[in-house]
Amino acid sequence: MKLFDYQRADTPEQAAASAVAPGTRFIAGGTNLLDLMKLQVETPERLVDVSRLELAKIETREDGGVTIGAMVPNSDLAADPHVIRNYPVLSRALLAGATGQLRNKATTGGNLLQRTRCYYFYDVATPCNKREPGSGCSAIGGVNRILAILGTSDQCIATHPSDMAVAMRALDATIVTVKADGDRRRIPMAEFHRLPGDRPHIDTILEQGELITHVELPSPPPGGRHAYRKVRDRASYAFALVSVAAVIEVEDGRIAKAALAFGGLAHKPWRDPEVEHILIGQTPGKALFEAAADALVRDARGFGHNDFKIPLARRTLIATLQDLTGGR
Amino acid sequence: MFGLGKSHTNSLRMDAPQPTSLLDIGAQNVIGKPLDRYEGPLKVSGRALYSAEYVFPDMAYGVLVGARRGAGRVVSIDAEAVTSLPGVIDVVTDFKTFIRNPGQGGETEAPTQGVEEIVYFGQVIAIVLAESYEAARDAAIRLPVEYEEAAGRFDFAAHKHETDVPPENNTPAHFGQGDLDQAMAEAAFTVDASFTTPSQNSAAMEPHASVAMWDEDRLTLYGSYQIPTKDAMQLADALGVGKDQVRIVSHFVGGGFGSKLGIAPETTAAAIAAKRLGRPVKAVMLRQQVFDATVRRSNTEQRIRLAADAHGRLIGIGHETLTSNLPGEDYFEPAGIGTHFLYPGEHRLITHDQVRLNLVLSGSMRAPGEAVGMLALETAMDMLAEQMAIDPVELRRRNEPLLDPEKNVPYSSRSLRECLDLGAQTFGWDARETRPAQRREGEWLIGMGMAAAARSNLLQSEEAKVRIEPSGRAVIETAMTDIGTGTYSVLSQIAGELLGLDPRSVDVRLGDSDMPASGGSGGSWGACGSGSAVYLACEELRRQLAKTLGVEPGAMTLKDGLAIAQNKSMPLAELVGDGIEAMGAISPGKQKDAVTQASYGAHFAEVAVNAVTGEVRVRRMLGVFAAGRILNEKTARSQCLGGMTFGIGAALTEELLHDGRTGKLVNRDLAEYHIPVNADVPQLEVLFVAERDQHSNPLHAKGLGELGISGAGAAITNAIYNACGVRVRDYPLTLDKILPGLPDL
Ligand SMILES: Cc1cc2nc3c(=O)[nH]c(=O)nc-3n(C[C@H](O)[C@H](O)[C@H](O)COP(=O)(O)OP(=O)(O)OC[C@H]3O[C@@H](n4cnc5c(N)ncnc54)[C@H](O)[C@@H]3O)c2cc1C
Ligand code: SF4
Repeated sequence: MKLFDYQRADTPEQAAASAVAPGTRFIAGGTNLLDLMKLQVETPERLVDVSRLELAKIETREDGGVTIGAMVPNSDLAADPHVIRNYPVLSRALLAGATGQLRNKATTGGNLLQRTRCYYFYDVATPCNKREPGSGCSAIGGVNRILAILGTSDQCIATHPSDMAVAMRALDATIVTVKADGDRRRIPMAEFHRLPGDRPHIDTILEQGELITHVELPSPPPGGRHAYRKVRDRASYAFALVSVAAVIEVEDGRIAKAALAFGGLAHKPWRDPEVEHILIGQTPGKALFEAAADALVRDARGFGHNDFKIPLARRTLIATLQDLTGGR
Repeated sequence: MFGLGKSHTNSLRMDAPQPTSLLDIGAQNVIGKPLDRYEGPLKVSGRALYSAEYVFPDMAYGVLVGARRGAGRVVSIDAEAVTSLPGVIDVVTDFKTFIRNPGQGGETEAPTQGVEEIVYFGQVIAIVLAESYEAARDAAIRLPVEYEEAAGRFDFAAHKHETDVPPENNTPAHFGQGDLDQAMAEAAFTVDASFTTPSQNSAAMEPHASVAMWDEDRLTLYGSYQIPTKDAMQLADALGVGKDQVRIVSHFVGGGFGSKLGIAPETTAAAIAAKRLGRPVKAVMLRQQVFDATVRRSNTEQRIRLAADAHGRLIGIGHETLTSNLPGEDYFEPAGIGTHFLYPGEHRLITHDQVRLNLVLSGSMRAPGEAVGMLALETAMDMLAEQMAIDPVELRRRNEPLLDPEKNVPYSSRSLRECLDLGAQTFGWDARETRPAQRREGEWLIGMGMAAAARSNLLQSEEAKVRIEPSGRAVIETAMTDIGTGTYSVLSQIAGELLGLDPRSVDVRLGDSDMPASGGSGGSWGACGSGSAVYLACEELRRQLAKTLGVEPGAMTLKDGLAIAQNKSMPLAELVGDGIEAMGAISPGKQKDAVTQASYGAHFAEVAVNAVTGEVRVRRMLGVFAAGRILNEKTARSQCLGGMTFGIGAALTEELLHDGRTGKLVNRDLAEYHIPVNADVPQLEVLFVAERDQHSNPLHAKGLGELGISGAGAAITNAIYNACGVRVRDYPLTLDKILPGLPDL
């Protein structure tokens, strides 16, 4: 581990201001950042510890929505009665992630910003455009079983590993930040994470020094049925090969609302309006689900080892829809 | 009284069977009992010191540097670029003396030395020393090294036709008998199927670690090793010093599974650095380095041929295997080893050919041979049973040989049939659907499978010293180790039984190469071998005690610290005066070839396969085992549970992934090298069938530590087939391989 300066922030504004210099990183739970620092994948000059900021509350707003402090541990968020009742997809996604010990430490903000699990990203002995721009992508033509099939570029085929973020994407969450100059921003989940394009080293649209203070969930979708289905290589302590966060509402025998987000497929939590569009207003049934699944993977591209994700994503979506609607 | 200074040695060579065992007449009644772990309280309270936990004044911290090329040569190492960093002391290397790869188990000479030439990615080429671990790690990552790259052989598939025949490894590389092709042509039923298994890593919880310190010309190394006696010899040879100049101490080992049988690269690096610096040096491998630079179980490609007559009795059996190892290394994964003796058949062909690859050393990992060989053989047996439409248990019952089919000698003991029958009954095997894909619960397809288990029984030369102190307590000393297996417990029970002591009145001192020589932990021989040496020492002590009492040993009873004879009882403490001691020594003899020695068992598994995703969850497993006398039912059971868990990993998740372009291992941490976690391990049940083996040793016990893994994975793959009708022959059975065979939604 490289030597670094360490500073503890007292307020969000102060934290943001003191992180304006390049080479500064916030540290929250540390469950991802510290691993990366030990391997020197991340070599910050300075850490600003935000873990003690008073951002660990889950509050219900007047509109019935929920505001989640960025320091709320994953375990607490998953166990919050309001979240369990009104946003079960989020609670389930959180519980599908990592392990009990990690969830106790991992924070809401840190979870959104965890880095990819691409093998090559974790090893400074190999080229990787995300770690070292311009060095090349080892995963293309290499071992890529766990990597992306949607939204990839010829520079990077990494996935975003979070489960929580997939549920938040389905729930249309908003991320609230404070910037180094004290300005606040509200960023829709849809815009928060990026696709790799030709700058895969940039995961999100956050600026240097910009601190996540809260995540807002809109007022709960009434009557919808929720599911988070995670397909993985072992029963726990494994990242998603494919995951689906689904909130579906059926009214008078027709699908009234459908929010579907996917993990394990892309550089960001994936959501495709066309998939939802195909479903909305229709009677649940197998042919319909197949059409939606076909749309989901229409532009999918495998890289050899991960080709199986294409049929897997299809099947997982269809089964999830069957489950939630009873449509066969 | 006896034993002042000099101790008498009671030796036994296993040339003849041992019809009686003193363990059957002991009065203390502790042998076999499921006693808690002797050293358990030390472990759970953190007082058991593992190698990496030793701290000495003025100690320097070392972090190893691994090569970042898969083949080639080190041109230069720019030490000066890092020695100016705060806290960094030096970069030490010795291109001639550093070992290139770990030693193999049981060797007494140094493993291959010389690290200038690079033969695998991650090969240790230097060690960086600093005042703190963090500073050393930082410098090790930053150290500039210039390489000359060479073309490497990284891809098994590309080179699998270029093979050589390695020298014998507990089993001959090639064995043939009769005419298998002919048998296949004439058989009523045949199976001819190929399987692959991937490279695996032992992934022991404790990483390899050494703390080295020199006192004048004598080295003491606290290291995490399975066989200190021989490891000290390997290290002395590597360093070019006398055997008596090296002492290895391994009081506690946090799992080895074969990866710590021989010295690993951190050993020589720490020893050499400590000498150069004139300070104690600690070198602990990073988890990634344990993957990169210790030992893997070789990948295999295996072809099984079975030729059966109309009743399902085997007339021919073929097991042809390909494995891989580094250029110049003799060891091969003896994948066909269990096939030699498990099933009958006059026509036999069992071969091992080696493919040379530039991947980290392949060596022993838990049940070398059987663990992967039975994944293939026992799946093929399931295929044969299906083809004949008979029950797989019945197929195995019909194939119980009376004599070893190759050596024509009897089995020392063999209770496979009892294991099969008890297992089938306990598990509820008769509820199994005979045709696949018949049972469905919601999205889950449910199936059952079984497999036989077999693991050869081995014996090493072993010595142990046992002393009865003036206080009446006993002390055992042997260089044997406890790698989590229960050695401390079983040795205290053997001495307790034979000397009439509560096992807690027995002090067990292990894991020091200065102590009586031991074959260590490996090959499931540890408990039987070191236990026999303790037995023999105790037998001698019993003679001495009887002599003091003036009676025949048989006329004396030892119980609760008292010696009882002729209606008188006397405390041991009084009887032994200044203390008495004896050495016990056992060595293999004619019984090795006069009979075929192995432990047996039967595995039963129930799995659920998700009809949508192909995910497999094991629902329950039962293992029934017979391994001679069980010395401690609790630690024995734990060994079997651990083995079965390894079986789950082998069947479903474990696989080292190498980049075929560079030879680099890509999944080299516990997040991505998937061993089973708690949620993957369901209700596991273990039963033992009572058995005694007179040919193995005076304990009448056989090896157990590797029996639980042998066959376990095949029971799971057979259950998967029964659940969903998909027969995958490339391990591990990850969902991507099952998915294409699943029905449409
Ligand atoms: C072995 C393992 C398995 C795992 N499995 C899963 C899994 O299955 N599913 C899953 O979803 N996750 C999994 N995780 C990841 C885990 O969820 C993340 O590590 C965790 O959520 C990160 O949160 P943290 O608070 O520890 O972040 P940190 O490590 O402290 O920070 C991560 C990043 O976020 C930045 N950051 C933190 N807080 C803020 C903030 N408020 N504003 C701006 N930037 C911030 C940091 O600068 C850093 O770059 C796993 C992790 C491990 C180690
Ligand atoms: S996929 Fe992305 S993260 Fe992985 S090696 Fe390529 S550039 Fe790096």
